[in-house]
Amino acid sequence: MSKMAPPEELMNVNYSTPSEPWMDVRPEFKPGTFSYPGKPDVLKYLGLPNPRDWSPTEEDWKLPPDWRETIRDGFRELLGKYRSLKVFMDCCVRCGACADKCHFYIGSGDPKNMPVLRAELLRSIYRGEFTVAAKILGKLAGARKLEEDVVKEWFMYFYQCTQCRRCSLYCPYGIDTAEITFLARDLMNRIGLNINWILEPAANCNRTGNHLGIQPHAFKDMMDFLVDDIETVTGRRVEPSFHRKGAEILFITPSGDIFAEPGIYTFMGYLLLFDYLDLDVTWSTYASEGGNFGSFMNDKWMKKLNAKMYAEAKRLGVKYIIGGECGHMWRVLNQFMDTMNGPADFLEVPKSPITGTVFENAKSTKMIHLVEFTADLIKNGKLKLDKSRNAGITATWHDSCNTSRGMGFFDEPRYVLENVVEKFVDMPSQTIREQTFCCGGGAGLNNGEFTEMRLRGGLPRGNALKYVQEKFGVNTMSCICAIDRATLPGLADYWAPGVKVTGLHELVGNALVFEGEEERTMNLRQEDLPGLEGSEEEE
Amino acid sequence: MAGLVTALLAVVALAAVAALGAGAGMAQVFGIYIPYVAVAIFVTGFIKKVLGWASTPVPFAIPTTGGQQYSLPWVKQAKFDNPSTPGQTFIRMALEVLCFRSLFRNTKVDNRPGEGTVGYGSDKSLWLFALIFHYCFLIVFIRHFRFFLEPVPFLVTGVEFVDSILQISVPTLYLTDVFFVVGVTFLLARRLFDSKVAYISLASDFFPLFLILAIALSGIYMRYFAKVDVIAIKQLAIGLVSFKPVIPPNVDWSFYMHFFLVCVLWAYFPFSKLMHLGGVFLSPTRNLPNNTRMVRHINPWNDPSIKPHSYADYEDDFREKMIEAGLPVDKEA
Repeated sequence: MSKMAPPEELMNVNYSTPSEPWMDVRPEFKPGTFSYPGKPDVLKYLGLPNPRDWSPTEEDWKLPPDWRETIRDGFRELLGKYRSLKVFMDCCVRCGACADKCHFYIGSGDPKNMPVLRAELLRSIYRGEFTVAAKILGKLAGARKLEEDVVKEWFMYFYQCTQCRRCSLYCPYGIDTAEITFLARDLMNRIGLNINWILEPAANCNRTGNHLGIQPHAFKDMMDFLVDDIETVTGRRVEPSFHRKGAEILFITPSGDIFAEPGIYTFMGYLLLFDYLDLDVTWSTYASEGGNFGSFMNDKWMKKLNAKMYAEAKRLGVKYIIGGECGHMWRVLNQFMDTMNGPADFLEVPKSPITGTVFENAKSTKMIHLVEFTADLIKNGKLKLDKSRNAGITATWHDSCNTSRGMGFFDEPRYVLENVVEKFVDMPSQTIREQTFCCGGGAGLNNGEFTEMRLRGGLPRGNALKYVQEKFGVNTMSCICAIDRATLPGLADYWAPGVKVTGLHELVGNALVFEGEEERTMNLRQEDLPGLEGSEEEE
Repeated sequence: MAGLVTALLAVVALAAVAALGAGAGMAQVFGIYIPYVAVAIFVTGFIKKVLGWASTPVPFAIPTTGGQQYSLPWVKQAKFDNPSTPGQTFIRMALEVLCFRSLFRNTKVDNRPGEGTVGYGSDKSLWLFALIFHYCFLIVFIRHFRFFLEPVPFLVTGVEFVDSILQISVPTLYLTDVFFVVGVTFLLARRLFDSKVAYISLASDFFPLFLILAIALSGIYMRYFAKVDVIAIKQLAIGLVSFKPVIPPNVDWSFYMHFFLVCVLWAYFPFSKLMHLGGVFLSPTRNLPNNTRMVRHINPWNDPSIKPHSYADYEDDFREKMIEAGLPVDKEA
């Protein structure tokens, strides 16, 4: 971080292309551009092949002797399992519409971060190994041999992709780099090319229920701290329950929310809302992670980690599940969960006990987004909200990649936001909604050693934020993703200093007016409310 | 650039082979044998490829959603960018295939470090020229049916009438001939002069463009300059489709060149990126509705043996700590 050039300098991206063809350019592993490899004991715990100590900066990556066969066989297997892969390998015309859509390309100028070239890294091997004509024509037809440099390049660029799917929106054939990256990572995992910041959280999720490795008693402790803090701010003692059999609702959120700022304030918002509604909801330490780190590895681990949600809902006998504010979690819940671990025939179609609204859009999965639930409450006038508790905030909204392009979740969160803050303004139209830009930390890349590249990738989001900061005085960026809440504060500090990052339910929690409550002087961050600053000091 | 040169040389060589070969008494080869072989390769290759895709499972429904989802009744859904029913998905696909909806969104990054801004201006040039190119290709293709069909169907004469509405020159100028060449030229120029596109371009990107351009130019030469004997060519064409092939006299060498290049295109098609014609219909990010929380999508290879780390194991691992913290447990220690 300390070595980072200032933003004005970083913006000066060189978009010119090298003189030599891309196949002749070897990847360079400079600090700040790659993530550290998976630790051997973590690989062993997960049962992944080739656990060893190795470093991308060294020449010898200690690949298993039969790695070529493993990749070939794996590729063949995936081509037989995924139509997406097969079609995406065959029908790209290299029109380049995707080229300047990737935040990592915009921020780095590295041509291999153009989604089309990222895919060509895989496609060149597909042609060289699985198509007759290209095998004969070789490089001319864009085919190449499977050499160590090829998989080194894979490691570089498939761990420089956050699977945000922005490129996929513009592709005339809908070629989805998230799918290609997902499957490339699956292949790499078969020969031991993986990163620790994905594997260790995945291992933690498996054993402790959440990616941080928080054990059940510690989880309870952290919850107690937040309950105390809520009491300090509101004078109310909320009483969340754990593992309560027969509760109506199981609530699952990313565990990042209980662990660090600013997620904890969102967590407090959840607790306040449930208390306000006297909702029959319970928490689980066993299923205490919404985010799915398996989805950054392969389909097996994605399924295995996700399976806890239904398993716990079944064990506790709840009627349905509500999910908290999270990005990847919702990509998996919306597009994969029912397929992998359904049918959820032991649950009921979610029906809000407060408004009676039946969530037809979740009638099979039986899992709804908390923001849907809250938007419905507000629409039906069930929440008394005081925007002035969020006075001084000029908010903008960051659409998370996964809820945007894997769901289409745009108007519900904006509706909630508009009802809890006095001033809200969107960022420029080509950086929001389905065209939103990634925070740079998705798909397992929110680790410390990757900070430089992540901040480069954060250029488009950061610049859009700076624009509304300067033009409209935006000082708060709200979002519904735990990785955003972890990544965006650093991004804002760098690209648009002075803008703070909040989850949506933090703002809801601030604005909620309880019946007969004592007057609040602080927000959930224990900052004095505007107009009340310094009142204590005067006493 | 190696790709560009190779592709250009390949097309020039192919054209020369046909022009010289037909002149050297090999009219039968270029007029009869090669066309049959080429069409056979096209048909079997195309079907094989599409069946190969279609027989591969779609394990997950992964539409790329491009607008507001179906949600609460008071939230307005973007039905055709984020469809939730098969009917809406059909319209999304129609917009994609017929109007190039995704390309219509195209933007161009405009990074101005001096001003401290990055913009994303609308860039519809690729959309426009791609649309011109593909529709001209379609119309030219339909027009050619007059050579193979007797009587000429109304659709074909209708298309011809509109296409030559300006009534310029003799024979009358087809508008699509002009726009077709303009479209191909634009696509080619992009590949040459847009450094990003040039960098990703392979010989297999230049080859079809040169080939198609050569087909267009040879066709234009035949019609407007050589003014070839159309009756003779129609005789040859009808002979081919009725499986009673004949080689009439008076067929100009330029016809064999044109026809051979078309045959090369047919034969090349199934093995190339031109298969996007079929692939666009089968892309799982476009042809599935975003209804996966309402309707369960089935994965044929879903593995029921993959189970979560069970609660019982979890509790065994942490039981004492849980009890101490006051968390409920299933089995007391």
